[in-house]
Amino acid sequence: MTVDKIWVYAESADGKATSATLELLTKARELGSTVEAIYTGSDTDAVAAAVGEYGATKLFVIDPGDGLPGQVAAAPIAQLAGEHNPDAILFAQSYDGRDAIARLSVKLDQPVLTNGMSLSDDGGLLFGTGIFGGVTLVDAKFSGGGPALIAIRPKSFAAEPSGGAAAAVEAVAAADAGRAAEAKVLERHVEEQQGPKLEEATVVVSGGRGIGAAENYGPLVEELAKQLKGAWGASRAIVDAGWVPYALQVGQTGKTVKPKVYVALGISGATQHLVGMKGSDNIIAVNKDAEAPIFSVADLGIVGDVHKVVPALIEAIKAKS
Amino acid sequence: MNVVVCVKQIPDPAVPGALAADHTLDRSGKLILDESDSYGVEMALQLVDTAGEGEVTLVSMVPNGEVSGLRTALAMGAAKAILVSDDALAGSDALSTAKVLAKCVERAGGIDLVLTATESTDGYTGTIPAQVGELLGWPSLTFAKHIEIADGKVTIQRQTEAGYDVVEASLPAVVSVTAGVVEPRYPSFKGIMAAKSKPVDAVTAGDLGLDAGQVGWAGARQEIVNVAQAPAREAGEKFEDDGTGAEKVVAFLEQLKVI
Repeated sequence: MTVDKIWVYAESADGKATSATLELLTKARELGSTVEAIYTGSDTDAVAAAVGEYGATKLFVIDPGDGLPGQVAAAPIAQLAGEHNPDAILFAQSYDGRDAIARLSVKLDQPVLTNGMSLSDDGGLLFGTGIFGGVTLVDAKFSGGGPALIAIRPKSFAAEPSGGAAAAVEAVAAADAGRAAEAKVLERHVEEQQGPKLEEATVVVSGGRGIGAAENYGPLVEELAKQLKGAWGASRAIVDAGWVPYALQVGQTGKTVKPKVYVALGISGATQHLVGMKGSDNIIAVNKDAEAPIFSVADLGIVGDVHKVVPALIEAIKAKS
Repeated sequence: MNVVVCVKQIPDPAVPGALAADHTLDRSGKLILDESDSYGVEMALQLVDTAGEGEVTLVSMVPNGEVSGLRTALAMGAAKAILVSDDALAGSDALSTAKVLAKCVERAGGIDLVLTATESTDGYTGTIPAQVGELLGWPSLTFAKHIEIADGKVTIQRQTEAGYDVVEASLPAVVSVTAGVVEPRYPSFKGIMAAKSKPVDAVTAGDLGLDAGQVGWAGARQEIVNVAQAPAREAGEKFEDDGTGAEKVVAFLEQLKVI
């Protein structure tokens, strides 16, 4: 399968194309000669400018109305794919991206490869991912015909602008999504986020079960993050326990972060967590269990009680500033 | 209110995973109920309880006719199970698996709601919920952290990057639940005993009307071409905290010019 025409399923947040979208476009430009984007949402002009700047020449726009974007998108994309024959359609491993690739795979009766971390041309698309918490790398290829449906984890590629002009917008006629269109978004709730964004911060401090209780998160994790002008995150364990909101989760099912410094407090280092932070430049771990897997990736590991080490650390940093 | 919960029986995540010779995940050892699915089972039991009628049916596809994970979910209170185990299904990808699960939902019959996890802990392709929805021709509400059923409609709080959306659809529908949507119960002794005699309908792909070309290796249409160990991170330094732990962290942060 040669790779010529690549489509990217574009997404936006706060009226701007997401960084994951721009990363996919950059990679698509490297692999294919024609890069086009599909977008289900509003703020079309801003998104067309952004995807154009990263190499897309065309932006197919689908109006989701009050439907779930990923569900409503599948029927028109399937129709478009039949008309334009893209070799591959790339999706971000995101909430809506996952809905869209899943529904589309059924519409086109095509297999999917998801959670990708690399993509290259090896006489056809070579897809790479990490399994078992990223310790084993696996490369896979599709053996059938296109379009190849692939979802890639955010932060897998650098986003580099091509300096292209705004993509030409082409409105896509509605296609019958069947009962999928019955799912309606009634309300949107935005949870207030303080401090720098997890995905963008230079320093990330995360807490896990080892911090002992929900009320310790603020004085230990959040406070240390603030002292280091960083963002604060969490392991899945304490998100599931309801100590902190899901938006703070770092890991396989949460956010992927690659800060200059990642500080893991009371996190054992389940593979689920390691996948989301292993790419950090420097990792510091504090955990009382000397055998915790987090120490296998830590540049500096302190086997100790977070309730003793962290307050002393916060005091020491305050004394320096 | 009749609910199907798709459950996966997986190798114990506490044991390091391995690939079999054919590059599929080694599932030859003991398999247990994927913890991610225990939330769906609990949610289903609560919804049926609230409705005051109906039952929970489990659907599971697994090699070797394994039932130990199913028994766990039956012990929690599910009424019965459909178990698909068939050599023809070896090598199945997510789409093939979704086809099997959708056929099982049809086989169960009269189902109002299908619950799934957002992804399995072992394979985590993460597309099955919406694929099953599309195959059934039903809406799929994904990433639910809260569910309510009323007047023939399901309303969820759907996790988003920024917070959550309130999303509604009429039944029947597929809903994927995030971990933590409810607190799964522990099976009682009585439940464990009762589970032993609950009906498990063992079926093959053929029984479900699927032919071998649609599922298994043939259906997957993908191949693993290379498996390698990731370069290990260089082992760092590890210290027992003897009261100087904080100082060591400060020194490291200074060296990195973060403070």
